[in-house]
Amino acid sequence: MLLVVIVSVPLAAGALAAVLPWCRAIGWAMALADAAVLGLGVVLAVQTDRHRAADGLDGLLRADALSAFMVVVIGAVSLLATIQSIRYLEAEIAGGEHSARHSSLYSLLVQVFVACMLAAVLSANLGALWVAVEATTVATTFLVGHRRTDKALEASWKYVLICSVGIALAFLGTVLVYFAALHVPGHPTGASVLDWTSLMHDSHRLDPGVVRLAMALLVLGYGTKVGLAPMHSWLPDAHSQAPAPVSALMSGVLLTVAFYALLRFKAVADGALGPDFTRMLLVIVGLASLLVAASLLLTQRDVKRMLAYHSIEHMGLIALGAAAGTTLAIAAVLLHILGHGLAKAVLFLASGEILLVEGTSEIDKIPALLARRPLLGGIFGFGLVALLGLPPFSLFVSELNMIRGEAAVGLGWAAGLSLVAMAVIFAAVMAHSRHLLLGGPTASPSATSRLVGIPLVGGLVACAAFGLSAWPLQSLLDAAARVVVR
Amino acid sequence: MRFGAAIDVAELAAGIVLAGAVLALWRKDLRALTSVLSLQGAALATVAAVLAVRDGDVGLGVVAGVVLVAKGLVIPYLLARVVRADPGSRETSPLVNVPASLFTAAVLVVVSYLVAGRLTALFPDPLTRLAPLGLATVLVGFFVLVTRRKAISQIVGLLLVDNGVALVAFLLTAGVPLLVELGASLDVLLVVVVLQVLATTMQARFGHVDLDQLRELHD
Repeated sequence: MLLVVIVSVPLAAGALAAVLPWCRAIGWAMALADAAVLGLGVVLAVQTDRHRAADGLDGLLRADALSAFMVVVIGAVSLLATIQSIRYLEAEIAGGEHSARHSSLYSLLVQVFVACMLAAVLSANLGALWVAVEATTVATTFLVGHRRTDKALEASWKYVLICSVGIALAFLGTVLVYFAALHVPGHPTGASVLDWTSLMHDSHRLDPGVVRLAMALLVLGYGTKVGLAPMHSWLPDAHSQAPAPVSALMSGVLLTVAFYALLRFKAVADGALGPDFTRMLLVIVGLASLLVAASLLLTQRDVKRMLAYHSIEHMGLIALGAAAGTTLAIAAVLLHILGHGLAKAVLFLASGEILLVEGTSEIDKIPALLARRPLLGGIFGFGLVALLGLPPFSLFVSELNMIRGEAAVGLGWAAGLSLVAMAVIFAAVMAHSRHLLLGGPTASPSATSRLVGIPLVGGLVACAAFGLSAWPLQSLLDAAARVVVR
Repeated sequence: MRFGAAIDVAELAAGIVLAGAVLALWRKDLRALTSVLSLQGAALATVAAVLAVRDGDVGLGVVAGVVLVAKGLVIPYLLARVVRADPGSRETSPLVNVPASLFTAAVLVVVSYLVAGRLTALFPDPLTRLAPLGLATVLVGFFVLVTRRKAISQIVGLLLVDNGVALVAFLLTAGVPLLVELGASLDVLLVVVVLQVLATTMQARFGHVDLDQLRELHD
């Protein structure tokens, strides 16, 4: 029951936005719905922590600690994004760029998008998971193209085409897993063949040859949606062209929802093949992503593109952490998913505000932000500190634990390479942001809207709090990691 | 042996799916491509229908109907509308010329027999044996995607990949569970609608839908 409610809340909010003309109250209703998702996610997390798993909708939905954790992440990031959407939409209407009708459509699509992500992490069936992930592509395409510029159009074309091809490969992988499961004697038949619980139970009896091919296709396919190199080429365009709140959602949670799918399949594949094969695949795509991010971040001139390449870096780090696959490493991967989600959402939302008040997102044209707009500059600066993995933010803890996990399973060399890439990225981001935050002429400071300030500072404080002490989360993280580790 | 004939029909239909993919490489006339896809959709529905009869599976019969309507009629119709917006359009400058493309297709078919042949040998069955045809369709679709520059050709490439995956799914597993299959069909349909809207908008905005001339976003 709880699971059905969680998925329906954003859908109901979206329906409300579709039928009523857009106004500020509707915007707050959307934020309230996502706050409810966050609250219900916490309730679900407590429940799954106590008694193993929750069912819903005749066994179609199912939640364990891992799903509950993902619901919390989705709720938190979408709450930030929908609050910021109010400001974004009001500025758009005031500027005469779009009508209230566009705002209604925008609100509807955002809520459908959130509901699709929730359905993905709550579905009991790996086939239904695929349907939900594919549906996120459809829901977000028009959001990417919302600004209706030529560039936005080009970005949404690339996005939908590349992601659809990727996800078609993931479907082929899912079909092969299904094929393998059909040939296990005694495995449940009918719709429940692809239930992850039954697949986990029988995973050691799946045919290794079939699973190997399936896993390669799944890493390639879902990896496209995660934005892992070499299938990342859509990501910088889509994330830089979408409206800032949409970028925050896509970068902060959509990427990791796709990664959640990989974690589920990894658990099944590890049962059939042992950990080595999937580990090799994840190390390859992880290191490739870090290489791409490090080499292309150096030349970025646009704030949002810089953040987009940063996402590729973090997805690479998560892939390496998952490759290690110990309980410590997976718990760190999950904490990293949360920390990256919060920090990246805050930064994208801040960059949206920068675009709004400065009229540009080119780094060269926005000097000395810290002196001119202390609060906005401060949020952006601390957000970068968080994203670069410095203490006290939680990304520091999670990166450290992922590296420890990698070293423990003989992936120390990969961890070393990832540290080199991170150092290059650190230097590149410092060089870009020094100008943005400090350089150039100074002027008298001006204030930043409270609608921007309060939620973004809140996001950063949460990110720092989990870095200082993960105790409210630790038992959930451990329980979720044990779902994946065999 | 009534069912032997049905297997022959399924074999023929699976062959038509791959032949459609090769035809898509050969023809430069974009209007012809929509008919090719229509034919492919019908062949795919035939495979599903044969399986439904063999297993007495009503759900799969429904899937066959859905595939026929979605892939045989609706999707080709949507594509035809994009083509009509840009009359006289031809794939004038593929990155690889037609003879070389056809040769590549032959190589891809051999590759897919090498890859998938080992899998199907594990579980021999007259229909599983045909799975390499589906895999070959996926690979040819990929090849179309990377070598063709017109927006419509890229949609065709995506649909070839998708039809190939669907063929593999039918042949190996007699279709994934009904709910998943229907969800997947709906998703594909929506993606094509989205692509159609984007392509028509591009046509109206830029006066062409040639992706080589869309190069504003780069590093």
